[in-house]
Amino acid sequence: MTALPTRADEAWRYADLAALAPVWPVATETISIDAGETAARTLVIDGAAVHDIVVSVGDGAAFAMHVLNAARGYGRVALRVTLGRGSRFHLGAAQIAGGEQTVEIVTEVVHTAPDATSRQIVRQVLGGRATGNYLGRVMVDRGAVGTDGEQSIRAILLDRGATANARPELEIFADDVKCAHGCAIGELDQDGLFYLASRGLPPAAAKAMMVQAFLAEAFVGAADGERLTAAALAALEHLL
Amino acid sequence: MLEIDNLYASVADKPILKGLSLTIRPGEIHAIMGPNGAGKSTLGYTLGGRPGYGVTGGSVVFDGQDLLAMEPHERAAAGLFLGFQYPVEIPGVSMVQFLRESLNAQRKARGQEPLSGGAFLKLAREKAALLKLDPEMLKRPVNVGFSGGEKKRAEMVQMGILDPKLAILDETDSGLDIDALRICGEGINAIMRRPDKAVLLITHYQRLLDYVKPDVVHVLAGGRIVRSGGPELAHKLEAHGYEGVAA
Repeated sequence: MTALPTRADEAWRYADLAALAPVWPVATETISIDAGETAARTLVIDGAAVHDIVVSVGDGAAFAMHVLNAARGYGRVALRVTLGRGSRFHLGAAQIAGGEQTVEIVTEVVHTAPDATSRQIVRQVLGGRATGNYLGRVMVDRGAVGTDGEQSIRAILLDRGATANARPELEIFADDVKCAHGCAIGELDQDGLFYLASRGLPPAAAKAMMVQAFLAEAFVGAADGERLTAAALAALEHLL
Repeated sequence: MLEIDNLYASVADKPILKGLSLTIRPGEIHAIMGPNGAGKSTLGYTLGGRPGYGVTGGSVVFDGQDLLAMEPHERAAAGLFLGFQYPVEIPGVSMVQFLRESLNAQRKARGQEPLSGGAFLKLAREKAALLKLDPEMLKRPVNVGFSGGEKKRAEMVQMGILDPKLAILDETDSGLDIDALRICGEGINAIMRRPDKAVLLITHYQRLLDYVKPDVVHVLAGGRIVRSGGPELAHKLEAHGYEGVAA
């Protein structure tokens, strides 16, 4: 655990290892949600930060996590989530990066018991020569029937030099499960930008409006959604 | 108001407009009719400044300014409105937010104070009522889930809110049923028929012109105006077709 990871390690394949070295090893944060309880966590990264979080969601419990990863430097959030019977996990994450930065979200969600639900919505806006990663594995153990898992991963590249890596993975060892994943990486819709411009919006304002709408999907259901949106807009000012 | 002189424009290096000239004075409503592929929509997009529509010759003066030197948002602030044949859907952005920010961006460019939220909503409701559009629709994402007719009526509501000097309306009548056609036509008259405003209607059919009576009708074919006349020209086109009239 104390040895610095290498690119051979799948979870670190696209990481900024040079930026990781000075802060390694990273302490693991543990979150436990007792059976039947409901909890939420919001994480905003606006400096450089590497988070390693282990979450255990008890039977019938619910945990919602919202992340804005707008790191200046290397920003990484690794989540390992274990889901009990009938529990619910929601991740809504937005990543914003420019320059030469790397931002990443790495998740492993384990459905250990029947009837748990997991939702992961990740939206990335990347400019310059930045790299944004999502590596997400959903594991459905034997016996975890009735699992409902979903991963929705989308990225907008503002510049040709930006890179998005999106890798949703499913490992399913149970029957009667529902697991969906979708990925899309693209540019801002040029028709939409012209439409907004034709009504009088300057290019930066038109882009901000479309990007804000795109990112908003990650903040749906967040108790402090307005704070997240404001922080996202502040981060976008450097990019647009 | 608008002086187009010998305009040449290309899309993807293909010449579409080939020496188009047209003058519109304040208070006038002009209609441009023409067969598919004549360059009608290209004219609208070129005047609006859409990327990819390259001007290769000629000039356009709008209200004393060189229109072609301006960015699309600057053209809007100068008083140009482009009504889209296919209004674009923008998920996640409400009509209200979009239009308020657009109007205030225009006002800022003109050195005017921004309109307050309350004053904007009053204006938006007033224009929605004019076009018989449920004001609740303005809370929805831009054009998302709107029917074809609702999109066109919403375009006219936008025009009413933005209050341009010159409206270029690209096939506003397409996709409209008879009632919506009348409502849009009456909306265009109410908003734009003023001594200090002008309209360029791009259309295939006579039917919109029954409601919005043009002062001048032009036939566009092969990238240039091949014939101009009074309202009777539109009736002739309807009766004899483009080949019979423009040849």
